[in-house]
Amino acid sequence: MDKFTTLTAVAAPLPMINVDTDMIIPKQFLKTVERTGLAKGLFFELRQTPDGTPVPEFFMNQPQYKGAQILVAGDNFGCGSSREHAPWALLDYGIRCVIATSFADIFYNNCFQNGILPIKLPQEDVDKLMDDAKRGQNARVTVDLQNQEIKGPDGGTIKFEIDTHKKHCLLNGLDNIGLTLEKKSKIDNFESRQHGTQPWLYAQAGR
Amino acid sequence: MTAPRTLYDKIWDSHLVDIDGDGNGLIYIDLHLVHEVTSPQAFAGLKAAGRKVRRPDRTVAVPDHNVPTTPDRLTGKFLDEEARIQVETLDRNAREYGVHYYPMNDINQGIVHIVGPEQGYTQPGMTIVCGDSHTSTHGAFGSLAFGIGTSEVEHVLATQTLPQRKAKNMKINIDGELGPGVTAKDIILAIIGRIGTAGGTGYVMEYTGSAIRGLSMEGRMTVCNMSIEAGARAGLIAPDEKTFAYVQGKPHAPKGAAWEQALAWWKTLPTDDGAHYDTVVELKASEIAPHITWGTSPQDVAPITGVVPNPADIKEEPKRIALERALNYMGLKAGEKLEEVAIQRVFIGSCTNGRIEDLRAAAKVAKGRKVAAGVQAMVVPGSGLVKHQAEEEGLDKIFLEAGFEWREPGCSMCLAMNSDRLLPEERCASTSNRNFEGRQGARGRTHLMSPAMAVAAAVTGKLADVRKFS
Ligand code: SF4
Repeated sequence: MDKFTTLTAVAAPLPMINVDTDMIIPKQFLKTVERTGLAKGLFFELRQTPDGTPVPEFFMNQPQYKGAQILVAGDNFGCGSSREHAPWALLDYGIRCVIATSFADIFYNNCFQNGILPIKLPQEDVDKLMDDAKRGQNARVTVDLQNQEIKGPDGGTIKFEIDTHKKHCLLNGLDNIGLTLEKKSKIDNFESRQHGTQPWLYAQAGR
Repeated sequence: MTAPRTLYDKIWDSHLVDIDGDGNGLIYIDLHLVHEVTSPQAFAGLKAAGRKVRRPDRTVAVPDHNVPTTPDRLTGKFLDEEARIQVETLDRNAREYGVHYYPMNDINQGIVHIVGPEQGYTQPGMTIVCGDSHTSTHGAFGSLAFGIGTSEVEHVLATQTLPQRKAKNMKINIDGELGPGVTAKDIILAIIGRIGTAGGTGYVMEYTGSAIRGLSMEGRMTVCNMSIEAGARAGLIAPDEKTFAYVQGKPHAPKGAAWEQALAWWKTLPTDDGAHYDTVVELKASEIAPHITWGTSPQDVAPITGVVPNPADIKEEPKRIALERALNYMGLKAGEKLEEVAIQRVFIGSCTNGRIEDLRAAAKVAKGRKVAAGVQAMVVPGSGLVKHQAEEEGLDKIFLEAGFEWREPGCSMCLAMNSDRLLPEERCASTSNRNFEGRQGARGRTHLMSPAMAVAAAVTGKLADVRKFS
């Protein structure tokens, strides 16, 4: 997983609430056994009409958002399914940071597994950044994870909150599995305790 | 004496492997359910790192999302090459790592959330995860069950644990008697309508009250299934005699002395008197009408007797824009009576409403009636065992005589990954759980409802009030 330290990039606006995982990546792109190459499905039904004509207002079709790495969106971003294809598609397109007033739980967690930083901010801050985002290439935004702050193009600074453990993993690009395996003896101990109190959970072999 | 605890508190406490001073916990996972769509990358990661599945005996795999449901699948036929590769990849991984496995044409195959309970893997007090958000279904047994992403699937395969922070406790209490024609599906749609799709974010919801106690296990699973649609990661119902009766005798349930021991432990699980909930929501069962959704979010619900809402009544701009978009997508006009909306398709099935009780309720309305002209309707049993049971009871005949298609088990048109899908602008009465844009096929229009209501719509050709069909 790539580290996330600071990021200075164009921010793209997605001024919609309840952007669900089916909108982020529709199911016809879930049939892959790979993690990469999913950008082709990103916002598939938002960015083009049913006959394949690009929707001109959508950020992915606008030259001023070329290379955007930050996405600014409305309430409850990422609601719906657990598909990690949603953050994979964002990442494959180049998005490393999503800013919204709120996120759905599973999507929020899935971001951290993939080096994407989801930032929750109050409405007025999101509104401000949405205005910045609407200025395209003229408005680069800097996200500094270490100091937990966002600097807008006009010099203003917005502070954000993040869980210390998640921050640590993202800053260092740490793989969760590796970290957990360091606790192997604790897991072993748990199992022997549980084997004593709930032996029926240890009775079966694979079929 | 320890402080009084909720059911969720107890499950959390009994599964905590480790926790730091900031509340970052590591919990043990008792049961890991795996399907073909969200697992290939997880197994690939495991293999690349040279790791093994820590508890193959606690891991159950079944293909469901992508499998065809047409009868020719019995010959192993796949129309879709990519789907075939995913199913074969699961096949290979399941055998290589020695996990419990039900291949496509096994009679025990079905939707993962139906197979778990049916085979007795799902038991009270467990922690259960699956790379699918409707894992919350298993909460009906008083187990902490939630959906995870593929990286987390890999994490659980490798370590049998998951890093978690404790959620808050919400209680949703529903007392009283349900009116005629009102089902578990209507309860959960009413709840989502009340609290919204983000109302449960950050919470584990426990459903309590006499209306919940009165539900069968099937009905409780329907309620818990859609907890995620209210934003909660998990929904729970305390185990009781109905729960124990359901689990007892299932192939993978504890037996003999182990059963007695398990039962004694399970009986300690219900929430203690005086335990603290961060939020409490109350609904009256008698006030819940048969519900349907009219929009593109599960919170867009109304009683079947209602009308399509008017964007002009909404002050907040983002909400008004979202509503306008939804009505435009759904091809509905403000003020239109829901009972006058014509449908072209009907889907009865999914992990929400694909169990035997659902098929019985549907067959009751279908019996002696005919699917309206111009409507294509299908019944997709949730598992091979449900299909078999329904056939034993002659339900398949009732459906076929009424003009429904009778399919092989799978997720089918709940997410339309296989060829079961809506055409653009087709309108569907569906017993599934999501009405997002494109969920049942690009530009398809979904109305969520109970199985009996879906049949009422099938025979009327319009969204219909099941109470008129007694
Ligand atoms: S039936 Fe639908 S919701 Fe249930 S597991 Fe399958 S796709 Fe997911």
